[in-house]
Amino acid sequence: MTQASLGQSVVQKEIQAQNNGVAANITHTQPLWLLAEVTYRCPLHCAFCYNPTDYDKHTQNELSTEQWIQALRDARKLGALQLGISGGEPLLRDDIEDIVIEAKKLGYYSNLITSGVGLTEKRIQAFKDGGLDHIQLSMHDITEEINNFITNTKTFELKKKVAAMIKNHGYPMVLNVVIHRYNIGHMRQILEMAEALGADYIELANTQYYGWSLVNRSQLMPTKEQIDEAEKITNEFREKQGSKMKVFFVVPDYFSDRPKKCMNGWGEVFMIVTANGDVLPCHSARVLPNMEFPNVRDKGLAYAWNDSPAFNKYRGDSWMKEPCRTCPEKEKDLAGCRCQAFMLIGDAEGADPVCSLSPNHHVITKAIEDSRNPVIAAQPIIFRNDKNSKAIIAGEMDDRVKEFHALP
Amino acid sequence: MSVQQTDIYAIALHHRFQWEEAQNCYVILFPEGMVKLNGGAGEVLNQVDGKRTVADIVTILKAKFSDVPDLENDIVGMVELALEKAWLRQVN
Repeated sequence: MTQASLGQSVVQKEIQAQNNGVAANITHTQPLWLLAEVTYRCPLHCAFCYNPTDYDKHTQNELSTEQWIQALRDARKLGALQLGISGGEPLLRDDIEDIVIEAKKLGYYSNLITSGVGLTEKRIQAFKDGGLDHIQLSMHDITEEINNFITNTKTFELKKKVAAMIKNHGYPMVLNVVIHRYNIGHMRQILEMAEALGADYIELANTQYYGWSLVNRSQLMPTKEQIDEAEKITNEFREKQGSKMKVFFVVPDYFSDRPKKCMNGWGEVFMIVTANGDVLPCHSARVLPNMEFPNVRDKGLAYAWNDSPAFNKYRGDSWMKEPCRTCPEKEKDLAGCRCQAFMLIGDAEGADPVCSLSPNHHVITKAIEDSRNPVIAAQPIIFRNDKNSKAIIAGEMDDRVKEFHALP
Repeated sequence: MSVQQTDIYAIALHHRFQWEEAQNCYVILFPEGMVKLNGGAGEVLNQVDGKRTVADIVTILKAKFSDVPDLENDIVGMVELALEKAWLRQVN
């Protein structure tokens, strides 16, 4: 033990999840984060959901309890540590208790990511006894009106009750609030609500445009001025309130000059197993063309992570094109998000058009302009529900998705 | 915050400290994040148990790493850093 091995050099790697992006310094790939999207069924119908719009195709072939437990064991062997149990609404499955118990046995730090719908005293007690480490609750607004509107459900009162239940059971209070045009003006009140609920962490996640939120992009996107104001309020709150509550503000990439280092790099630290067993390096990877993603029912997770062509395709930087290939900043963002590049410009290897150096940056400028166009922004929101998913699969909403190179 | 020899610390609430075979290091896990600790840092936090004083930890690690000079400052420095990062809470 030496001075160099302690002090400021003590932290080899500090890694924090922030919605789609993470900050980390990684030298070799390892699936530290396993996200289990155990179901796409959901009682809420949020306009900003990042789940695939064709999720209805994946609700009939969910993995069994035994298959999930096997996946947890295999991922742990690969080095997975943080487990997110997500969906859809995971509580629609009745075996989350079994999954939690197995996660504890295996040494995961486990997190239930929930809307709160379906969380009862009986279930939360079973999660506590089973060793679930924390619960991340989604909140939408301080007003009943906006909460119920954006989720297309009457869930406002329920969320407050669930927050109290989480606190009473000694769990850290971790809130996630997706930020969009309808709640961005209430940032101060949202932070005060979080403080009043005794939140330990709050993630203010500016909407990123994937899945349903991409279809509703013009209806959800706030203005640059609103985002700047929201960030200012957040910083003031942080200063006033100190370190009691950790506040993460996830910056919206459309208003940045450079893209996010999506998932901290393709196949670097994140692995997602979806409801039907597909293994993905990111939430929306299935939009990419000419890719076959591995499935846990076939060759298992070690093959998926180490050997599958899909996970290896965008590791490193040899796949990059200009202007990224010779860009001095390429290590910082790894050319951004592959899905966003394909969805918006039709080239999965191109620079993420969010980057001001991208020759296709105009698609972002146009999206921002469209969101301020009163005629376009007045189009109805397409809520995430089975009926709309079926309609999108059937091609009945082509006018809302035709500008994208794959179904969001 | 200055660390005293008589202070007693424990791993902070909602944090978990454990050995990770796959990473060959100690880690701290907490909501939304994790930290991998290098050898020296892991050794210090491994002695923190909510009962031992800082002086106890210094004694134990001095015995274990008798060839390392100036160990006490390293240990106190590590505890200070861990407090600043909110990985530890004081119990006395």
